Amino acid sequence: MFRFLRDHGIIERNVILMGVLTLITVAIGGLVQIVPLFTMETTIERVEGMRPYTPLELAGRDIYVREGCYTCHSQMVRPFRDEAERYGHFSLAAESMYDHPFQWGSKRTGPDLARVGGRYSDDWHAEHLRSPRALVPDSIMPPYAFLDRPLETADIAAKMRALRAVGVPYTDEMIANARADLLAQARPEADPAGYQSRYARARQAAFDGNPAVVTEMDAVVAYLQMLGTLVQFRDVTPEQLRQQ
Amino acid sequence: MAAEGTVAALSPAATMAVRAEGYVEGPVKAFAIATVFWGVVGFLMGVLIASQLAWPLLNLDLEWTTFGRLRPVHTSAVIFAFGGNALIGTSLFVVQRTCRARLFGGEDMGWFLFWGYQFFIVTAALGYVLGVTQGKEYAEPEWYVDLWLTVVWVAYLIAFGGTLIRREEPHIYVANWFYLAFIITIAMLHIGNNAALPVGAGGGKSYIVWSGVQDAMIQWWYGHNAVGFFLTAGFLGMMYYFIPKQADRPVYSYRLSIVHFWTLIFLYIWAGPHHLHYTALPDWAQTLGMVFSVMLWMPSWGGMINGLMTLSGAWDKLRTDPALRFSVTAVGFYGMSTFEGPVMSIKAVNGLSHYTDWTIGHVHSGAMGWVGFISFGAIYYLFPVLWRKRGLYSEKLVSWHFWIATLGIVLYITAMWVSGIMQGLMWRAYDELGFLQYSFIETVAAMHPYYAIRTLGGVLYLSGALIMAYNLWMTVRSEGLAEAAAPRRAPAFAGATPAAAAE
Repeated sequence: MFRFLRDHGIIERNVILMGVLTLITVAIGGLVQIVPLFTMETTIERVEGMRPYTPLELAGRDIYVREGCYTCHSQMVRPFRDEAERYGHFSLAAESMYDHPFQWGSKRTGPDLARVGGRYSDDWHAEHLRSPRALVPDSIMPPYAFLDRPLETADIAAKMRALRAVGVPYTDEMIANARADLLAQARPEADPAGYQSRYARARQAAFDGNPAVVTEMDAVVAYLQMLGTLVQFRDVTPEQLRQQ
Repeated sequence: MAAEGTVAALSPAATMAVRAEGYVEGPVKAFAIATVFWGVVGFLMGVLIASQLAWPLLNLDLEWTTFGRLRPVHTSAVIFAFGGNALIGTSLFVVQRTCRARLFGGEDMGWFLFWGYQFFIVTAALGYVLGVTQGKEYAEPEWYVDLWLTVVWVAYLIAFGGTLIRREEPHIYVANWFYLAFIITIAMLHIGNNAALPVGAGGGKSYIVWSGVQDAMIQWWYGHNAVGFFLTAGFLGMMYYFIPKQADRPVYSYRLSIVHFWTLIFLYIWAGPHHLHYTALPDWAQTLGMVFSVMLWMPSWGGMINGLMTLSGAWDKLRTDPALRFSVTAVGFYGMSTFEGPVMSIKAVNGLSHYTDWTIGHVHSGAMGWVGFISFGAIYYLFPVLWRKRGLYSEKLVSWHFWIATLGIVLYITAMWVSGIMQGLMWRAYDELGFLQYSFIETVAAMHPYYAIRTLGGVLYLSGALIMAYNLWMTVRSEGLAEAAAPRRAPAFAGATPAAAAE
């Protein structure tokens, strides 16, 4: 037994051999686990309703990433009875298929946000972000009052072009109208027909309560309010949800 | 077994005396100082963000000081700044001495690695505070920082591999296997996980190429193996050099070293999906992750046994050498957290532990107990050697550091066990009418006392590090400790080694 260990001296005397064998050894596990996720079609469930983020939601998502919200909030409801009651239907892979990067998170210092959309009013979200403890006295969330500042919109089309290059199905029309769609969604008096034809189930509102200026708060609340609302679960069949 | 090869692979002790003047030491000294500096910074950031969770007013109402922006500063400062400087510094020290060869690229290469790596740390941290982040845990630096790190890392591989190639010892010493695997695997993970498309060359923002479930899998393939190869394999390299040196004993078992090395690096890479149990990741991948995580227990404990049994016949040194106490306790913590990890990777357990502070406690028993303590042990060994001193300024202060830090870890991890398990149970508790018993915010309120205890644990750990910094500063400053011309610690048992036999 262990006679093969004698031959290990060959590897110990050859740096290149040791390096190459090491690389092969550490590459195997990742290849086996990662490559099939791209090649097996059933990895993403065949549900309807998913669409790319509207420009305003996308801007809000970028702020969500910028502020590190994922360090305390998950976006991944697990298939447990208590989570179904607390948060709703378990999360699908399809629901984050346009997320670059994914924001499933790993910690629930605060509650899961995968289905927070539509649970509270826009006003509640804006006030809660500005001063969490004014609404939830025991909250330990930092205040985000600084989000009441004008949203940077100049680069929104460039962001959508970059996302299209990595696989998000933004059309030429969506990119051409990016900034106009962004502003229209945050201004209740604007004509919604244009962006609503491009983005199904996109709400229009003065999300931060102030229709005059499109702020970072508008974008974040618009993003939170759409989370988990795209797939209509009463229409989904078990066959559509089957993975593997 | 070929006696000569075996002994050469097991005994770092003999090489110390040879050509000490020829080794590149300036950058190694700088890495050692940076390790202490970033350690204190990282622990301080940890205390700050732990305090924010207990007392949210400490977020200061400023965008740059929220928990969300400072948490990556803490994790990066501890993992990449403290841990990274310790790994690069010790690896450059170890590879030269165990190969009896001067660093490939010489002083210039050493200084490029040092300043290049510090630049990476500072640009990454500045980005976090300003909100420049990829939003992937432990891979937060944006594309321009990632590119720079890639340049530095390739130079590191060239310097390390080049030194191995010009070695005068026939065999590559076991510590270097682990350091080499750490360097190669981190390069693979870093490139795979950070593939991103910048929005514009002039801006910091980019989008990760992967999305959704595939991005999740790639992220935790990276994330878990940042633990496996940065925080484990690299520090095992440290263990395989410094414990034999401090104990003046050869590594316990050569066979076990071989089995330990190959099984550890093969199995670790599969463990990532245990971070994604019960998520939208397909079940087959979750099951693979769980099975391999449980198997990983074996090589982990094999390594622990190899480290601890190296003290056979030298256990008495634990009484007299507090620096060795750090190294050995580190291996103990390694054994504990590599048992806890496989337990938590079992899906039934993970259903309770995931998303809770139990995970945070687990990570910290590994980071503070294993990574921190093995680094402190190496640092206490390195400073007198590098600065040519007969010993440390105060062994007593090392003892104080040891006990204060140990108490800090115990407070930290027990608080997180209680808080995590309590929160997990509260989330799934039902009242007698069949309704969820607790609202989410009640679980947050319940954690407050444990967050305060955790903060106290962090303060103790930080205090220990400050004592270490003072002790090392006084060691370097003290003229009275300067050693005579002859190198310190002549190889005590080196009669058995070919190198010493030739002298």
